[in-house]
Amino acid sequence: MSYPPPLLNIVLFLPFLVAVVILCLHRVLKGASVILSVASATTCFICSLMMLGNVGETPFHLMDFIHIDGVFEAGIDAVVDKQSAGMLFIVTFIGMLVHWFSIGYMKDDEAQPRYFGALSLFMFSMTGIVLAANLFMMFIFWELVGLSSFLLIGHWFHKSSAAEAANKAFLTNRIGDFGFMIGILMLFGVSGSVSFEDLKSSLESGNLHAIAAAHPTFMTIAALGLFMGAVGKSAQMPLHVWLPDAMEGPTPVSALIHAATMVAAGVYMLVRVSFIIAASPLACEIVAGVGGVTALMAALMATQQNDIKRVLAYSTLSQLGYMVMAVGLVAMDPVHANHPDSVGHPGMFHLYTHAFFKALLFLGSGAVIYACHHEQDIWKMGGLRKYMPVTFWTFAIGTAALMGVPGLSGFVSKEGILDIAYTECKWLFTIGVVTAGLTAFYMTRLVVVAFLGKARSEGAKHASEVPLIMLVPLAALAIMSIISALPSVANGLNALKPVVEHAHEGHVVMICSLIALVVGAGGGFTLYRNRDSDPVSIKLFANKFYIDEFYAGVIKYGQDRVAWVVNALEQIFADGLVARLPAAIVSKLGSQLRVLQSGRMQAYTFLLGAGVLFVIYILVFVLPAPGH
Amino acid sequence: MSLLEIVILLPLLAAIAIAFGSPARVTAVTTSVINLAIVIWLALGFGAVSRDTDGYAYVFKRIMLDNPSIGFGVGADGVAMIMALLTVVVTFAAIWQIVDKPASYYTASLLISAGALGAFLSTDLFFLYAFHELALIPTFLMIGLYGHGDAAHRRAVAWKTTIYLGAGSLVLLAGLAWLVLEYSGGGKLTFDLMALRAQAASAPLDAAKQAPIFFILLVGFGTLVSLFPFHSWAAPAYATAPTPIAMLHSGVLKKFGLFGLIRIALPLLPAGATTPWVQQALIWMLVGNILVMGFVTLNQNRLDDLLANSSVMHMGYLFLGIAAGTQVALNGAVLLMFAHGISIALLFALCGRMRNQLGTLEFAKLGGLASHAPFIAVIFAFGAFASIGLPGLANFAGELMIFVGCFQFSDPLKHAVLEAGGFGPLQWAAVAGLWGVVISAVYMLRAWRKIFQGSAASGLFMSDPLRGQRLPLIVLAVVLLVCGCYPGFLLGLLKAAFGVAKVAAL
Repeated sequence: MSYPPPLLNIVLFLPFLVAVVILCLHRVLKGASVILSVASATTCFICSLMMLGNVGETPFHLMDFIHIDGVFEAGIDAVVDKQSAGMLFIVTFIGMLVHWFSIGYMKDDEAQPRYFGALSLFMFSMTGIVLAANLFMMFIFWELVGLSSFLLIGHWFHKSSAAEAANKAFLTNRIGDFGFMIGILMLFGVSGSVSFEDLKSSLESGNLHAIAAAHPTFMTIAALGLFMGAVGKSAQMPLHVWLPDAMEGPTPVSALIHAATMVAAGVYMLVRVSFIIAASPLACEIVAGVGGVTALMAALMATQQNDIKRVLAYSTLSQLGYMVMAVGLVAMDPVHANHPDSVGHPGMFHLYTHAFFKALLFLGSGAVIYACHHEQDIWKMGGLRKYMPVTFWTFAIGTAALMGVPGLSGFVSKEGILDIAYTECKWLFTIGVVTAGLTAFYMTRLVVVAFLGKARSEGAKHASEVPLIMLVPLAALAIMSIISALPSVANGLNALKPVVEHAHEGHVVMICSLIALVVGAGGGFTLYRNRDSDPVSIKLFANKFYIDEFYAGVIKYGQDRVAWVVNALEQIFADGLVARLPAAIVSKLGSQLRVLQSGRMQAYTFLLGAGVLFVIYILVFVLPAPGH
Repeated sequence: MSLLEIVILLPLLAAIAIAFGSPARVTAVTTSVINLAIVIWLALGFGAVSRDTDGYAYVFKRIMLDNPSIGFGVGADGVAMIMALLTVVVTFAAIWQIVDKPASYYTASLLISAGALGAFLSTDLFFLYAFHELALIPTFLMIGLYGHGDAAHRRAVAWKTTIYLGAGSLVLLAGLAWLVLEYSGGGKLTFDLMALRAQAASAPLDAAKQAPIFFILLVGFGTLVSLFPFHSWAAPAYATAPTPIAMLHSGVLKKFGLFGLIRIALPLLPAGATTPWVQQALIWMLVGNILVMGFVTLNQNRLDDLLANSSVMHMGYLFLGIAAGTQVALNGAVLLMFAHGISIALLFALCGRMRNQLGTLEFAKLGGLASHAPFIAVIFAFGAFASIGLPGLANFAGELMIFVGCFQFSDPLKHAVLEAGGFGPLQWAAVAGLWGVVISAVYMLRAWRKIFQGSAASGLFMSDPLRGQRLPLIVLAVVLLVCGCYPGFLLGLLKAAFGVAKVAAL
């Protein structure tokens, strides 16, 4: 391989170094920490460009983490194949733009160094996930992105809601990681190594192959364990509850972490191990089903949200559902599953296009929030098209791409997913089309209410266009939202674009998705044009199917009450029966002990030592010596 | 004279010197720094010295009695070396952070340190046991004399701890005595660990006899480590103990029981450890540590109770490593012993500081401290995230290796387990342990959120420590970070340690 390994080391460790430097020296550095962090993000982007055309399958060993000769090995190994090079481009490109955008967005924040330090930590951890060549390394960085997400969601920690949201995100992810680790350990137990290469060969002709044949359940549980990790990180049902709350973080963070990259890591990981999921047909169905249900339910919830960021958050959930569904569907088809590099992967491709337009939408919403003095309720906006033309047009491009307007990137990638759904599973195809219609509906609602009509609050009336440093990222992402699906661009960026055949009876896939688009967008436009309040009110959707309330109940009764009961039992049994009861009996029996209990600690400890010596003396000198 | 002897005797002499009027802080701090330097130096040279010596280095022996053969012998294998490192690092931090306290704080800390070092570095069972008892005495006294809470409460706690640990020590003593009697041949009793190991290697006991001895040792050592259900002394003791004592006992001295199991019980009684009923008993107990104590910890409303109970809970993971018994798991257990010691000492140091400044540790009354005391908040985060096993901090590597060890299906068994297409008890215990990781995250983050985030209640104020008082906290945090990113250094010390102790997994 012709890589200069320094390149890999820079891409991975430079952001870490910057994060550590900022942690230690933020008092001295002050504003310079912003420059450091932005410079490192930009450098990483340049490095990732240099890696784009230079991919291969062999991993590079960068560093030992745990290494016991011949027994166990968990190293920091980087693999730069098409999938990771493409993903690295997405991460560093959007990461760099978000760094720039943040310069403007966070300029009045007093904890700027902390913000940028955490951002650099995030870049480090995300790069680690992308480059990981084995599951242990992936898990390590998986947890670290969880940490950086925790820090960034809780950036304004004095707000209780932000602190709660940060904890919720971390803990929900931990639940997912519980399954992830079990999956990893099961695979490790059987194959003895969890590098993707070894797993692949073990599944072809080694231990994994044998166990998959003899015990399909074992394989299913292992695959679902890995999937559970993705359910947490990519916020799928039923662990999706953290993502909408994560919107408490600064908006650029939402764009980078909670829309474009980290939440997509689950999908990325699933594509990496798709051969393992493919080994269990049941797991494939569950993965696809969970994805489909998430896509639909999240879209339904999105239709009734009034906070601009929450609409986008539910939309992200829904789109991630699409991707996960695609992973399951692809795994059902063995030709696809085993060669994602050559055939392309609709899930991975949708991840790629989605990253650009969703980051665009979030940064656009950030610009709006910034301009309206931190107003997030769309019913208090309105008429922003006049005041913020650039933001409006870029936002409109992002919306069109998300809705799947033909000619834009979202249309192409969504079609890839619907296409494979049509081939593999008709009911998921139906869900996909309905979701597409709902997406068109709620995004039209959002744009119509926030940008068209007349201003409905003082903040919106005085809004003005944001500074250049925030507009440049919007423009760059808008351009990518338009061109990213073009064959030359997609191939150049290793986007794993799938080959879609339009052979299905008379283009049925394309016609269905166009009908969904027209119905959804048309419905949204007619319903919401010139409205001052929401004409539709569906409690069930607005309250997110009451899932949060249900979990709150589970935590209260299932966890805290149980903890209380266990605590009481522990007091009674472990403390009472094991310790106090014998002590009570003894002290009733012997009056001498009562003397000691009067509190003369020194005397007692002396006696303890003396007693010990006495016992030893008896054992050694009085008892008969052995061997006789 | 071996340097190890100096390491053990130095704090002892310093304690005596303080008792005779030498300036307490200067003497104690100097001693701890010298000890820190010596042990680091020994650890750096350890690889070269131990290469040809069956894993032991710096061995030195003074015969005291011929028959029974008792000698003051010292020597360090990798495990002992790591434990010694842990002791000196925590001692340094614990002594440094003492401010405005009577000289007995320094004396007690030095005595505990000397006792712990002696217990870890002796190669003679007699002295190993005696040193541990030496370290317990100041612990009891300090809890009774200077503990938190009113006099009746601390007396009661000290009394309970004394009885409990005394009883545990006696069980342990019985087990050790039985062990020594069984292994001593030719009319000569020996307490020399090396001789016993040689004997065990050449003429092992039959498994039927090993099992009960191992079990007795497990209960004896286990009580010292707060193995469920013999744990109820630990939480009140730590919550009541003065800060340096809590740091030293929960961080260092408690590891003695595990150290004994790994260094004495496992190599001398390998068949006992793998006897099914012993294994199963151990697994039930450790799952009790993890799940029962996990829930108990969840129910705590004060920081000191929470930390104390969490420390009991985390012992479950170390026992899990011992139950797995594979090389990877034991390496992991030693790593985790070190990491847990550092992280819990760090948390107790902060907890003591907060108690002094705030006057309360009840979560309901706290909040928003991160804006007053950002430094404390960051350091607390290091300790908290380390103890919930975040990668990059020391505990993670150990926990990971323990879990991996549980899933290393050894060859004959691999087929049995896989034939059944499912998990054995050990794997289920590991699953419980993984869920325990989630539980730890719940209570630690809850604590973090309640203390540092949100807005501060009125009248509560806490400031960051002055520069000089930051040093011990920084040292502990840096150790967590460095060992978390590069566990290779500690693992290198362990390279030779588990050649003999390797036991098949259940």
